[in-house]
Formats: sequence, structure tokens, C-alpha cells
Amino acid sequence: MTEPREPAVPAPPAFDLRANAQGQLVYVGADGQAHEGVQVVRAFPISDPAQGISIVGADGRELAWLDTLAGLPPATRQQVEEALAGREFMPEIQHIDGVSSFATPSVWDVRTERGPTSFTLKGEEDIRRLAGQTLLIADSHGIHYLVRDVTALDRHSRRLLDNFL
Amino acid sequence: MNKKQLLSGASGQAHAARHDAMQSRLAPGEAILAWLETDLDARLAFRPGLVVLTDRRLLARSPDDGQWHDWACAPGLRLSLHDHAGAAALELHDGPARLAAWRFTLARNPAALRLLAKFDARQAGRQAAHAPACPDCHLPLPAGQADCPACAQAPAQPPSTWALLRLWRFARPYRGPLLAGFVLTLLATAATLVPPYLTMPLMDNVLIPFQNGAPIDYALVRLYLGGLLASAALAWGLGWARTYILAWVSERIGADLRTTTYEHLQQLSLQYFGGKRTGDLMSRIGSETDRICIFLSLHLLDFATDVLMIAMTAAILVSINPWLALVTLAPLPFIVWMIHAVRDRLRHGFEKVDRIWAEITNVLADTIPGIRVVKAFAQEKREVQRFRAANNRNLEVNDRVNSLWSLFSPTVTLLTEIGLLVVWVFGIWQVANKQITVGVLAAFLAYIGRFYTRLDSMSRIVSVTQKAAAGAKRIFDILDHISSVPEPEAPARLERMAGRIELRDVAFRYGNRSVIRGLDLAIAPGEMIGLVGHSGSGKSTLINLICRFYDVSEGAILVDGVDIRALRIADYRRNIGLVLQEPFLFFGTIAENIAYGRPQASRAEIVAAARAAHAHEFILRLPHGYDSLVGERGQALSGGERQRISIARALLIDPRILILDEATSSVDTTTEKEIQNALDNLVRGRTTIAIAHRLSTLRRADRLVVLDHGSIVEQGPHEALMARQGAYYRLYQAQARTADADLRDDDDDEDADD
Repeated sequence: MTEPREPAVPAPPAFDLRANAQGQLVYVGADGQAHEGVQVVRAFPISDPAQGISIVGADGRELAWLDTLAGLPPATRQQVEEALAGREFMPEIQHIDGVSSFATPSVWDVRTERGPTSFTLKGEEDIRRLAGQTLLIADSHGIHYLVRDVTALDRHSRRLLDNFL
Repeated sequence: MNKKQLLSGASGQAHAARHDAMQSRLAPGEAILAWLETDLDARLAFRPGLVVLTDRRLLARSPDDGQWHDWACAPGLRLSLHDHAGAAALELHDGPARLAAWRFTLARNPAALRLLAKFDARQAGRQAAHAPACPDCHLPLPAGQADCPACAQAPAQPPSTWALLRLWRFARPYRGPLLAGFVLTLLATAATLVPPYLTMPLMDNVLIPFQNGAPIDYALVRLYLGGLLASAALAWGLGWARTYILAWVSERIGADLRTTTYEHLQQLSLQYFGGKRTGDLMSRIGSETDRICIFLSLHLLDFATDVLMIAMTAAILVSINPWLALVTLAPLPFIVWMIHAVRDRLRHGFEKVDRIWAEITNVLADTIPGIRVVKAFAQEKREVQRFRAANNRNLEVNDRVNSLWSLFSPTVTLLTEIGLLVVWVFGIWQVANKQITVGVLAAFLAYIGRFYTRLDSMSRIVSVTQKAAAGAKRIFDILDHISSVPEPEAPARLERMAGRIELRDVAFRYGNRSVIRGLDLAIAPGEMIGLVGHSGSGKSTLINLICRFYDVSEGAILVDGVDIRALRIADYRRNIGLVLQEPFLFFGTIAENIAYGRPQASRAEIVAAARAAHAHEFILRLPHGYDSLVGERGQALSGGERQRISIARALLIDPRILILDEATSSVDTTTEKEIQNALDNLVRGRTTIAIAHRLSTLRRADRLVVLDHGSIVEQGPHEALMARQGAYYRLYQAQARTADADLRDDDDDEDADD
């Protein structure tokens, strides 16, 4: 949060992003016009979360595009990061503690970067292979869990996972 | 398995603990109305929290610091619920200010909805009807349900390992032939066991006495050898009859299985097909049923024979000499154990092979229909690479399975040899001690030779059973899937549909996305409605709901005052004519395609429909007229021609409700005029719902309904909406601008920069 601004980066769009009393995000652009109920969205949430962040208005129009958060003033950057944290929900599986059975439906106990949880896998087809070694697992409620790199998992998790691939 | 029980036990205890914590915070006489266990904190990390609604206030334990907060139920308080990507938020507002927000996953959504309903009822001053409550969590039970949906978490029951036993449902009709086959198997196996038995007297009564100087008794030799020949001939005859009958039965079981699966598949809702890939479904119905069929006719038969033979051989051996029999049978438990040990690992291996195989089929199913795109972008090499990658993965998995499998068979053979050696050693010792005759030892060796070859082939049953069980599981996955659009138990009758459609407070959720919410719309019989909105505003979903391809999540759709869920699906859909953006023609003649919805239509009716759809003339220009083949590998037709055939198809069933989903958007303006003329004939006198991207094509609509984010923002005739200068006006203007820009090429750049 406190890293110095890099002079090489072109001046980022000057804007302000804060929550109003209703809990909605308000975006005030360079023209001073305020937009209520905006959303902050990553363009490549899986393949490249750090690059390409967009601020989208309530009507679905893009208000601002940020190539990266690196050049933003620390305060603004924190606002954007908080907005993202409150919206994005794709727990990343770091460890699989156990599965109830190798036949689906099966209950998985996992540890994610958001803490431990368990979910129900309805069928093997809900595990989708994205590019490379990345897997996207949809649970019975439509929540997507990410395995960013299968090869980076520990042996125990990999062995369990292997039964479903 | 034990672990799961443990887990549920632990959660039961936690349940009780939470309950106590909640009770202790209540004032005397305060009653809990509803509660919600949240599972996320403000930054969406998994942490438990709690929201409780009592008859006086809203109590909440924050997931962040475990502190309790409460808000007395004041008149201005309002709760709202919304969700995005699987994470939902429940927010408490007081006028313009947000007092609190709680986050949770959609798994908790039912509890949140109940809490919201209770809160709204309380705020409206209504006393919630006294409903039966769940004994566990004290939540009131939803109407008509005996189990508490909050406590009975998604029942995660894995299918039984013995999926194959469920095939009995398909075997039942063939009980007679199956029984005959079994008796024949028994007899045939018994017949094959006679020859080794005859070697015993042959050795002891003929050969050994001859070696000791006695002459050969030719009458006895003839008798024994005759017996050998007769038993061999008998075994041949019985074996033939048995194999034929059981193969006959298994073919029929396989065929029934295929048809039943396909029949069931046709009944499933579009939601199911949306989540599956064509190649996977094709391989399940095609190759899996075939594999099960082969398993039943060959492997299971062999296995039954083997088991019978082993049982009979064991009985015979024990009857001849119990001690030698004991030694002979000693390796059996060891082999059985080995088979069992390998079983699990092989099953996963084979399931994996199946899945990989489906992946290969999927690559094919993807690229072959899309071959024009592949060629246009010169990506043949890439597609071959993709196929090779899938194929290599197949190889890799197969290699791994084979490495285990290849070790298995030789080990069984080795055990066989060792078993034989043991019998030799113990047998010679017994012969030397005059406990048995040489003939007995010869008979034992003859038996055991067969015995162990059977064990060897029996070990093969492990893999084929697992393969077949994996196949059966995949088949039953389809058969067990209950259509999300169920048929009513007591269907209402609708004699002649007038075509009045009414949508009452309709909401629809697709996966974790809320697509339609709180939508009310009434359409009079014969009225034409144009649905307008940005893409993704819910137009197509609305049409899918009206066609009952999906069922609404909340609210109801009524046709002539009857809930469409109370009508039989086929009866209801018979009244709906559907014309899609991409008309689908099946392989067959044009006449067959037009008569698809009513195969019994006469030729005159087909021609009349084609005339009304302005398709008659171009059909006559084709070399084979109405008998021209279309569809895959058939006559090439233009988009407009295909569309007019599909309009004729809809005309022929004379539907009361007509749905046009972008019927003219994939063709040029001239063709659009032709189609429009054809459509005018179709629309006349029918309740029509049309979606069109080009707003100009909806001019004829009696009323335009503008959708945005799944709810109606405006409705009325074109002129009124234009005069109002609202959402429709903006859409119309935007389209007019783009049309202008298309015309003025020079100004294009400016517009594009916008």
C-alpha cells in the first residue's frame, strides 16, 4: 500500500471511489460527475487478475479502465482493492483435506485462501480444465472454486483430485 | 465413509452450541422467528456468523470479531437480498442509510429467503401463520414439506458401487430365458467336469495294472473313452445352447437400455442439455450400452461358469480326498484377496479412461460442426494439436492403468504354477505313503489345471466388471436425473386454448445468476407482443419460460388461467409454434421437415402450409421438389429458405401461441421482407411473442415490452414509447444511429472511436 509511485507510469485517471450511506459504490470521474452503484470488475479474473480492471456503471457502461493498479495513488488503490474484495468470490483451493467418496455426488473438505470450507461436487463434468494446469470446480450451488495450478498442490490433494480427473 | 459420519456428528454438536448461544441472548418471552447462519465475512473469507430474527429485533453476531449487535424492529427498517457469483449479501437499510450487511454463499440462500419473508411479514404487521417447525433448528417448515431444508443439507449420496445390480430392472422381462440359460450353464459345466473324473479309473484300472504286467481290458477302455467322448459332445451341445440363449437375452437388455436412456434423455429439460456436451452424451448412449451388453453376454457368462466350475470342482476334489483338496485349494483365498486389492485401483483407472475417451469425442464434436471456422482461420494444425493432446492424455492414462493391469495377469499365472507345484509335492508324498493312488493324483492334476486356468480368466472379470460398472454408473447418471420440468401428477385438461398468457411475479435463476425477477405481464388472446431490450436483458429466457423449457423459480405462468405446470408438457407445447433464429432442419425430405410437428398431415396440408409461408415456389424449383433431401449432407438451402420452411412447420401445427425468436435477424433485408410476408400469414389471429434485434421489424406489434436486467421497464405501442422518450426511445435512437453510420462509411471512424 505504501510503495512509492513510479514516475514512468503515465498519470492514471484521476477519480474517486467511495461507498455512500446506502453501501453503494460511488465513482466520481475527472469531470466531477458522480455515478452511484458502480462496480469494479477484473477483465481476466483467472488468467491475469492483476491486469485490466474496469469500473462499470450501474447501466453496464464502462466508466474507467485501469491497465494495472500499480500507478494509482495509494488511497485510490486501496479503495479499488476493497471494492474488488467485496465483489469477487472465487475461492482458490490450496489443499484438499478429504472427499466423502470417489463417486459423485461427493462432499469435499478443502482449505482455500479464504479459509476452510466444504462443498458438494455434483458430477465430474463440473470440474473444468482451463488453459494449462488450471481447474475450475463448480459446486452444487454454482460457486466456482479455482485450482490455479494442479501441479503446485501437495501430494495428498493431488491424489484425491486425480480420482475425479 | 466413516469420516463423513464424523463430520455430520460434529456439525450436529456445533448446531446445538449455536442454539444455546442464541437462546442465552434472548430476553424472556422473546421468540425466534427465523435465523440465518452466514458463512462469509465482509471480505468474503469463510467465517461463520449469525443473523437471528426474533419477534422484537434483529440480532447478529459479526463474523469478524464475534460481537453481537442488535436492531429493534423499527418501522423504517428494510432488508434486501442480492447476489453475485455465488456470494449473496443481506443488507439492512434504514431509509437511505445502510445499517449492516451480511455475506454468505448461496448454500445459505434458502434460509436467507425465509428470514427475509418473515421480516417482511413482521414489518407489514402481519402475524405469520402458525406453521409446523423443524424440531432441530426451530425454523418453520415450508408449506407441504416434512423435512427442514436448512437442516437436511444437500443429500450427498454417492451411487452404490453395485450399479450393475440395478440392471436387473432391464433383465426382469427376460426372466424365463435367463433361468433356462442358468440351468444350461449348470449342466454344461457339470458335463465338462466328467472327463477328468474318468482319468482316475482309466489310470488305476487300466494303465497301472498294465504297467504291473496285467493285460489291457479293452471293454473297460471302450467304456471309459466312450464316456469321455459322450461327455465332450454333451458339453458342446449344452454350451452352444447356453451361449446362444444368453447372448440373445443380453442383446435385448442392451437394446432396451439404449432406448430407455434415449427416451429419458428426450424428456429432460433444456437445462440438462445446456450443461452437457454432445460428445459425452453420445458416447454414453452408444458405447457404454454396448460395453454393458458385451459384459452381460460374454464376461458375466464366463464368470458364472467359472464360479460354478470352481464350486463343483471343489466338491469333487473334497469327495475324492479331503487332505489333497485342502492343499489344492489353499492358494484360492490369496488370489481372491489379490483380486480384491487391485479392484479399486483399476476401477478408478477405467473410469478415468472413460472420461478421457469422452474428452476425445468432445474434441471431434466441437471441430467437425465448426470446420468452416477452423478452415477460415487456418487453424487446422492447432485443432490437430488439440486432438493429439487429448489423445496423448488418453495414452498416458491407459499406460498407467496397463502398468498395473499387466502385472496382474502374470502374477495369477505364477500363483497357478506354484499351486500346481504344491499339489505335485503333496501328491507324491501321499502316493509314497500309499494314501492315494496314482489315478487320484492324475485326476487332481487334471482338475487343478482347469481350475487354475479358470481362476486366471476369473481375474479378468475384475477389469471388465469395473468397466461395465463404470458404464452402468454413467448410464444411470442419465436415468436418475429427474427432469427439472416435471410432468404434473394430475394434469389439467385444456380443450381449446384461447391463448391468454399471464405472468405473475415471475422470477428465474440460472445457476447462481438471477436472470428474471418480479415480472408481471398479461397478454390477451390474439395480441402481438414485441420483446425489446439489450442482449442479456432476459428476452430469450422469458420465452424459454413461456415454452416451459425451464420452470420459473418463483411466481407462475398461466395460460387461459391455468398454471402451465399443471398441464401435460406435450399437450401444452402442441399449442406453441416456435420459429428460431437458426432454423434447424433434420435430415430428411422437405415435406418431412414441414410435417415435423404433425407427421400425419396430408400432402395437401403440407403444400398449403408451404404456400402460406411463401416457400412453395422455391421448393418447386429444387430438382426433387418436396422430396428433396435437406439437413446434414442434404440440399444446400439459404438461410431465408430454411427459415421459410421452419415457418411452414410452425403454420402446419396451427398453434394458438406463436413465438418468434429473432426469426429474421440472420438474413439480409430483402430476404427479411420475404420472411416478413410469410410471418404475417403466421401471426394472424394468434397470440404472438416476438423478439427482434431490429426494432423496425416489430412495428406491427400491438404492444412493445422493454426488458432490462430481467424486469419490465416500459410497455406500450411504438408511438407511445417514442413519445415518452424513455428506455425504448434510447434503444431506438441508438439503432437508428448505427444504421446511419453503416450508410455513411466516411463517418464511421468517428463513431467507432466513441
